[in-house]
Amino acid sequence: MLRFVLRRLAQVVPTLLLLSLLVFAWLRSLPGGPASAFLGDRATPERIAELNRVLGLDQPIFVQYGRFLGRVLTGDFGASTITGQPVLAEIGRALPATVELSVLALVIAVALGIPLGYLAAQHRGGPVDIATVIGTLIGVAVPVFFLGYLLKAFFAVELGWFPPSGRLSIDVDATNVTGFVVLDGLLTREFDASLDALSHLVLPAVALATIPLAVIVRITRASVLDVLGSDFVRTANSKGLAPGTVRSRHVLRNALLPVSTTIGLQVGLLLAGAVLTEKVFVWGGIGTLLADAITLKDYPRLQALLLLGALVYVLVNLLVDLSYAIIDPRVRL
Amino acid sequence: MSTTWATRRKTRIDDLSAGRSLTSEAFRRLRRDPVALTGATIIGVFVVIAALAPLIAPHGAAEAFPALQENLRPGSIPGPQDGFPLGGDQLGRDFYSRMLLASQQTLLVGVLATVIGLIVGIVIGTLAGAFGGWVDTVLMRVTDVLLAVPSLLLAISVAALAASPSQTTVIIAVAVVGVPIFARLLRGSMLSQRDSDHVIAATALGVKRPAVVLRHMLPNAIGPVIVQATLTLATAILDAAALSFLGLGDADPGRAEWGLMLAQAQSYLDVRPALAFYPAIAIIVVALGFTLLGESLREALDPKGSR
Amino acid sequence: MTPLLEVDDLRVAFRRRGEPDTVAVDGVSFDVAPGQVIGLVGESGCGKSVTAMAIMRLLPARGVRVTGSVQLDGVDLLGLSESQMRERRGKDLSMVFQDPLSSLNPVIPIGLQVTEVLARHRGMAKEPARKAAADLLERVGIPDPRRRLGSYPHQLSGGMRQRALIAIALACRPRLLIADEPTTALDVTIQAQILELLRELVRETGAALIMITHDLGVVAGLCETVNVLYGGRIVERAQRHRLFGTPRHPYTHGLLRSIPRLDAPSGEELVAIRGSVVDNLPWEHACAFAPRCPRAVDLCTGTTPLAETSGGRLLRCHNPVPASAE
Repeated sequence: MLRFVLRRLAQVVPTLLLLSLLVFAWLRSLPGGPASAFLGDRATPERIAELNRVLGLDQPIFVQYGRFLGRVLTGDFGASTITGQPVLAEIGRALPATVELSVLALVIAVALGIPLGYLAAQHRGGPVDIATVIGTLIGVAVPVFFLGYLLKAFFAVELGWFPPSGRLSIDVDATNVTGFVVLDGLLTREFDASLDALSHLVLPAVALATIPLAVIVRITRASVLDVLGSDFVRTANSKGLAPGTVRSRHVLRNALLPVSTTIGLQVGLLLAGAVLTEKVFVWGGIGTLLADAITLKDYPRLQALLLLGALVYVLVNLLVDLSYAIIDPRVRL
Repeated sequence: MSTTWATRRKTRIDDLSAGRSLTSEAFRRLRRDPVALTGATIIGVFVVIAALAPLIAPHGAAEAFPALQENLRPGSIPGPQDGFPLGGDQLGRDFYSRMLLASQQTLLVGVLATVIGLIVGIVIGTLAGAFGGWVDTVLMRVTDVLLAVPSLLLAISVAALAASPSQTTVIIAVAVVGVPIFARLLRGSMLSQRDSDHVIAATALGVKRPAVVLRHMLPNAIGPVIVQATLTLATAILDAAALSFLGLGDADPGRAEWGLMLAQAQSYLDVRPALAFYPAIAIIVVALGFTLLGESLREALDPKGSR
Repeated sequence: MTPLLEVDDLRVAFRRRGEPDTVAVDGVSFDVAPGQVIGLVGESGCGKSVTAMAIMRLLPARGVRVTGSVQLDGVDLLGLSESQMRERRGKDLSMVFQDPLSSLNPVIPIGLQVTEVLARHRGMAKEPARKAAADLLERVGIPDPRRRLGSYPHQLSGGMRQRALIAIALACRPRLLIADEPTTALDVTIQAQILELLRELVRETGAALIMITHDLGVVAGLCETVNVLYGGRIVERAQRHRLFGTPRHPYTHGLLRSIPRLDAPSGEELVAIRGSVVDNLPWEHACAFAPRCPRAVDLCTGTTPLAETSGGRLLRCHNPVPASAE
């Protein structure tokens, strides 16, 4: 087990190194070079030269890369050109909002997706199946931000069931402990704050969950269909096992293997979707940081978000691989 | 009556002995598949509209009309009226003409982004799959890294490199997303070809390496890549819309493109929702069309799908 | 002796939208007495596996029509509800499949795959079931059975997997065992061991065995009565010795002549049956085997031969091989 973990970790290192090299190259290829990009409107030839010296951009390229890597490894991504604050601290503050949103979205997608996919497979070709498949196809074809606006216009503005934006109502006085507002409310026993935060979460989480939900339904359906036709399910039926046993022990156990990999891949979709959803719901998380960085050309922040986003994605998939090895005895550690 | 089963038997054997290739068999199956037909019809209509748009659109995309502009106030955008069947947009232009003309730009963005990604991906995948060894290792490491970045994030970082956003940067950004996917797919498919009997036979017969790769391996390996390209056409259009929404889209105010129109219309959603709904529905239908066709193509080419 | 299993006029038709029904099994009838071993022999596509699946009621409910009757101890299995059938499967009748690797669940240990049958039909608790499972594994010749309970299918050899499948099938001492090509996926040396094991086990437990195979060698060593299937119908049935000694149906005759024999005079040619199963004619108007038959006469492509029984032999042929030939 430990050897497997170490080997997979060792495989991640070159990927991350290469990624840092790409991001480094990306920074170097910014229009006018990094210095003018960092300075933005304030760029004058003197200032650029000055900054180049300060940033070490007059040094040989490999020295520059070494320094860049050193800074990145120590968590120094520089200061945001918008706020002047250290990028890492900004990210740290925005992270709980996005994590809260993404986790709920993923929970929705998994909790609905697996049963729906199973149901569709079991009634293959029937009305439930056809409706589900059409639903998933439309689900991936709807632009996320448009869906967000639709939900907001209907459920928040028209019906008034949920708040249209933000993470907490202004009149709710919540104590900040962890930054996760739902959790904070529970910790400080301010349950009304938790409830308020949850009601704010519903619409953006549903919008964000749509695409992962559609993907999980389709993979589950395909996977269950595949397993239902397999020889060992036939064996299980030939043993006269109760339908419930066949379903949980034989069909689902096997069908969920590919689904678990897919769930890992969804984290990438969630990160990307968060950028769009957060903008719609004025969420103030990582996605908002990213959207602002794009509009205002905040390269240090962009660079940090890019690297960290990829890091999270790679680590989550590593985690998925590990859990796969635990569920599937054929993958030997 | 004896002829009926005799001829039936004959055609059945002819079917088998005529050596019909898998692809023509797949094509035959596709033509009877309602899903594929729906997808193909949607795409067909879309392409025809896009091709004829300049002819059927009554007005230009950038043309503003005083009749529409006069009634343009904060909180009010003129609806359908004489000469303007869908009303005006936020700048007093003919919304109907813009919807039609936008089909062309949307098709252009989607197709160009996919084709560029496809070509680069095919080159990388062919090199990796055909040569193996360190060429393969290096190329696949790079694609792995690109795949490690969530696709929209990748498109964003490419688009953000440009000094100012334009249609070209959108196309390139969306194309980059497709490259690692196409390359990986083709490489995997080529690898399975490399060890197949007909490739070994061709090599044994002394056929030169490039000829083996281009004539024997590539044509047999390209199937899954084409399927993916069809599906990518759908995501390319959606990604382009997302970039527009984030302010990384085409900066040309005169240009009509559905993603762009949808992104711009978000600010007028409560004033005139039609401005968002029409482009959104157009995008959904077209993306659905490509997805339907792609999925049924995949099923038709997959030998497992025939059961 | 009253038969344990009576299959009467079994028909299985697969229905596909926009296409005429495909009749895979067309009026098959046979009996099996308790403790008897019978064979169903034929090429792939002749309907032998579908017959087995129909008896087990394992065919998909949709798109398949099964008619006729399958009586086990006087109870028509085709008339039972799905849950009543589930009570019987694995307990009164069970089945061993062809490919032991794919027929075992890859992600749960062998032990659980044995004990779950015992728990289901015998109501055994966890520990007694494990004990019984270990005994079963030992009985089918799996060494170190206690430890093997925790093994996964991929950790066993092909022969061991098939032994495990047999252990599962026989766990509740069913009175009828159906073995569908149980040795086809195995090495030749292992094949003999598995056949020997099956023979011993049915003798020991008194179970009746239906052996489904395309391999006449398997039949020769095991079965008392042999049914030869072609195109979904039984074309010839006889006692093993009579069938092998004097095959009357040209198809049976051809099958036997296409087997290489060590005791054949050197220089004697093997005779292959020409064509393949796709050359079938529909039975309604002809003998399905006619296009491939060396003895076909005009009548064969115009009229369906009827099954006739004489002297303990069933034969469905217009122009059978003379009893004296060879």
